[in-house]
Amino acid sequence: MDNRDDKADNRLPAVRFRISGDRALIAVYGDRVEPEINERVRRMAALIEAARHPAIEAVVPSYATLAIHYDPDLIDPAALGGLLRDLEVRAEETTVPPATTIEIPVCYGGEFGPDLATVAAHNRLASEEVIGLHCRTVYRIYAIGFTPGFCYLGGLDPRLHTPRLATPRQRVPAGSVGIAGGQTGIYPLASPGGWQLIGRTPLLLFDGGRTPPVPYRPGDAIRFRPIAAEAFFRLAGEEKR
Amino acid sequence: MNPALRILAPGLGLTVQDLGRFGARHLGVPPSGALDDYAHRVANWLVGNPSACATLEMTVSGPRIECLIAADIAVTGAAMGLWLNGTVRRPWASLRVRPGDVLELGLAENGCRGYLALTGGIAVPEVLGSRSTCLAGGLGGLEGRLLAAGDLLPAGPGELLTVPRRLPWTPIYPQHHLLRAIPGPHDHLFAGELGRFFETTFTVSPRSDRMGLRLDGPAVARDAGAPSGIVSEPVVPGAIQVPGDGQPILLLREQTIGGYACIATVLSADLWRIGQVKPGDTVRFVRVGLAAGRRLAAQWRDFLATTERLLAAGR
Repeated sequence: MDNRDDKADNRLPAVRFRISGDRALIAVYGDRVEPEINERVRRMAALIEAARHPAIEAVVPSYATLAIHYDPDLIDPAALGGLLRDLEVRAEETTVPPATTIEIPVCYGGEFGPDLATVAAHNRLASEEVIGLHCRTVYRIYAIGFTPGFCYLGGLDPRLHTPRLATPRQRVPAGSVGIAGGQTGIYPLASPGGWQLIGRTPLLLFDGGRTPPVPYRPGDAIRFRPIAAEAFFRLAGEEKR
Repeated sequence: MNPALRILAPGLGLTVQDLGRFGARHLGVPPSGALDDYAHRVANWLVGNPSACATLEMTVSGPRIECLIAADIAVTGAAMGLWLNGTVRRPWASLRVRPGDVLELGLAENGCRGYLALTGGIAVPEVLGSRSTCLAGGLGGLEGRLLAAGDLLPAGPGELLTVPRRLPWTPIYPQHHLLRAIPGPHDHLFAGELGRFFETTFTVSPRSDRMGLRLDGPAVARDAGAPSGIVSEPVVPGAIQVPGDGQPILLLREQTIGGYACIATVLSADLWRIGQVKPGDTVRFVRVGLAAGRRLAAQWRDFLATTERLLAAGR
């Protein structure tokens, strides 16, 4: 199915739909990593959730697409596509809660970021310059996935791009902040991993016992704030572990 | 809550699973849940539970378990052999157990995964709306991990059966699996390959796990000019990903987003069959259109509802 609807909205490229089995539809708003496309995805996810349609079971956004899981006994994909187009046309009258920016305290280098020196050397920078550049950007959360709570962040300064470790670590502690190629991110849970670790946050980002389990949503933004070991110690003590 | 079961020996890959965790996929939390949801549901129905109760999922080699309370249990799925205090008992049927009884399951001789249901269900705490174990995230089930010797499991509230229950038909799992699949969401990148893909017999690699089945066979080729990766998109259980090397990966229930194109997606009515596929088996995908797929899936849901009704009514 590739239902173009050119007259629905003449300012935005028409949404297209792809079939993902008999219980999900993928709404395609673009095929590139761009803040504008991702913002449209975020708005649509919020609109669909607010509509609380009985046939829609879940909405899962990614960079430029949105999966809509539906009850096949209550709606067919063609009707669902029409519903989504109508929602977007009426979207101007609806307010969608704004994206928020979450500040993440990070202790850089040393015990907390064993690869900070590697990233600095690779890019011919001082460690302080790496920290300064890493903290300056407000990173958009394009999607959450890979592992529970893992953010796909956009906007890493090209001066910080660094290849992955040749041999991944068997265990990366929860809260580790790393760089891999042109990406930066946080490990919300302890896991194996090959990213260059430059720091660590004392915050417990993912907690399955909490609702919601992570303090951010797709489309929100993250800013890193450098802290010292004393602050890490204090903040870690305040987290329920 | 008082413990109901004590694990004496876990066998391979013993976890607590229910129908899955569906409310947090947008936060990267995968569905998890019973891989053969048909066997999981029937096990529950046989002991009078709703299908949403948690069961034990057993993989290839079964556990040895001590019962600590009086309860009804049922074992379904892979044919593993079932002994109660050393006496052979019938699977796909309810079985009354008493404190001190020891259940033992053997090696799977047919199929891959067995399910054990207990009156009231396995009542580990719910995490994000489900008791399913998500091993990658270390959440759900018992402490988010595989069960081990010595673990104690509680049961939820439930009533013992007044009449024993038995399912008078039981599946025989094949070694060559036919899985019906709907092309998409990225079949447009494989336009020249689609016909051949649906005629190919793949072999399930030993590198398969609960994340996905890796399929060995002739490489699935993209159309000229189609990119090898895509901008990461949401994926669903049953999606057939094609990485750069052309060896497909059939995704199960532990991933929410993927960066490879998916040539086709297994019909929801056939997802349970994937839970019984083991390394060395072969798989071929059978093409169905969306309209036909919707009809077939609705028929399967009707069959499940009928089975539940018949078991509850008694024969």
